[in-house]
Amino acid sequence: MSELDELYQQLILDHYRRPRNRRTLPQPDRTAEGYNPLCGDHVTVFLKMDSGVVKEVTFEGSGCAISTASASLMTETLKGKTLAEARAIFRRFHGLVTGQPQEPPTGPGLGKLEVFSGVRKYPARVKCATLAWHTLDAALENRGDVVSTESDEL
Amino acid sequence: MSTVRTLVRETPPEAPLEVRRIRADFPALLQEVNGHPLVYLDNAATTQKPQVVIDCVRNYYERDNANVHRGLHALSMRATEAYEAARHKVQRFINAGQAEEIVFVRGATEAINLVAQTFGRARVRAGDEILISEMEHHSNIVPWQMLCEETGAVLRVVPMDGRGELCIEDYERMLGARTRLVAVTHVSNALGTVNPVEHLIARAHSAGAVVLVDGAQAVPHMPVDVRALDCDFYVFSSHKTFGPTGVGVLYGRHELLESMPPYQGGGEMISAVTFEKTTFREPPARFEAGTPNIAGAIGLGAAVEYLEHLGRDAIMAYERDLLSYGTAALAEIPQVRLIGTAGEKAAILSFVLKDIHPHDVGTVLDTLGIAIRSGHHCAQPVMQHFGVPATCRAALAFYNTHEEIDALAAGIRQVVKVFA
Repeated sequence: MSELDELYQQLILDHYRRPRNRRTLPQPDRTAEGYNPLCGDHVTVFLKMDSGVVKEVTFEGSGCAISTASASLMTETLKGKTLAEARAIFRRFHGLVTGQPQEPPTGPGLGKLEVFSGVRKYPARVKCATLAWHTLDAALENRGDVVSTESDEL
Repeated sequence: MSTVRTLVRETPPEAPLEVRRIRADFPALLQEVNGHPLVYLDNAATTQKPQVVIDCVRNYYERDNANVHRGLHALSMRATEAYEAARHKVQRFINAGQAEEIVFVRGATEAINLVAQTFGRARVRAGDEILISEMEHHSNIVPWQMLCEETGAVLRVVPMDGRGELCIEDYERMLGARTRLVAVTHVSNALGTVNPVEHLIARAHSAGAVVLVDGAQAVPHMPVDVRALDCDFYVFSSHKTFGPTGVGVLYGRHELLESMPPYQGGGEMISAVTFEKTTFREPPARFEAGTPNIAGAIGLGAAVEYLEHLGRDAIMAYERDLLSYGTAALAEIPQVRLIGTAGEKAAILSFVLKDIHPHDVGTVLDTLGIAIRSGHHCAQPVMQHFGVPATCRAALAFYNTHEEIDALAAGIRQVVKVFA
């Protein structure tokens, strides 16, 4: 597989062309907005929780193939997960795309999210892959601010 | 001094440019990236350096390295002589009236900040107006916003049209008795638009306003004569002009520089210091506090000599041909929408590819060894004007070729295939 095919795997292209769960959720329990000022990408994440479990998660916004596919696959993965599981998956996903895997891995495996492993070779694209996740994290924390990929804590 | 002079080629300039031979002057161009010959089209971000510039900086550190304007020893005198010679080279390069009108700074950004913080603070009052254009780089927006915030002056923005041309009638209407300063780009970094600065300057002067021209994208690509333009301030960066990073030029009309307070305080810029009072030196020393980027300035001197040697008219003619070849090549790809189609353009091709995000375009092209810029180009208001979050930008220079543009076009077709 060429590096290009490794980055843009068919599953990523599929979720880019037909994003799942890209819609506004009426009356969400939690919502947060993320912004990458470097490329103008905006994403809003909507969450419905039921006794500590993600009942529904959707997103709105548009961006590059990596960020759109990442948001789409994130929503598919997180439905039905507990808060703690969702956070653990985020940590593991972050390790995968930054090339600094969390040791030892805890919680559930990444499953389909493994398709983002090619991102680690493109440091400039890590923020594309993690924008939706940072936004989700803010929603889980119920932080009110807009998440920016250019703020120091990311 | 001999170090610099002997490194410049002695042969007379050739016209038209012999691009094959010129490419051999740029070691960075002769490499493979991701298994493909490098196609470097990110010249508006920074340009590659010719061997004469690299050698010149190296020679300075190997032989002449010393602080300037203070030591009495041989190395310090050589360093001072080379540094001041670079100032004269830049003066000649932009046809300034005297070398004292050339201030070495860190780059175009610092040059604009210097003018805002010295001329601006001394001369701009509440209610005054500063006129900029909609196509400015952030570096020619933010310093003026900061100044307006401090002084109570008003920032006004001259609009551009759908082709990326400045609306001259609006400009003329907005100029008035309150206009203290006009800050406008010579060439737009995001669109390539060449502004009619000579006309803009003449009109501003009749309204009694001072004019700063941002020449960062003009100086590397066309002859610039600050006296013919009659501008008050002209700024550019070395690293976009085939010279080292970390150095740039502020040209200021001498009587203006003389009337301006210092920018930063420190060594080099003073005549005498007591704890009660400090007297400041004349320009340009007044604005060069601390040890300057000596190697950078000397390297810039070598770079401008290199450009003069190639011939700036020949460079402009060659790049004009590249631009029309590139424009035609992109026009053949139905998914391409060119952003910036002004009548007068420098060799910058800004475009979007249907709804494919510029970052995806940039990544795919990179795997083919093609370097372009994807993003907002530090010109977010320009992106807003055209309703796009970002564009892809191929910025050409005199060392680029038709074959490289063909490679770009083929790469774009591959991008379309991947994301179709």
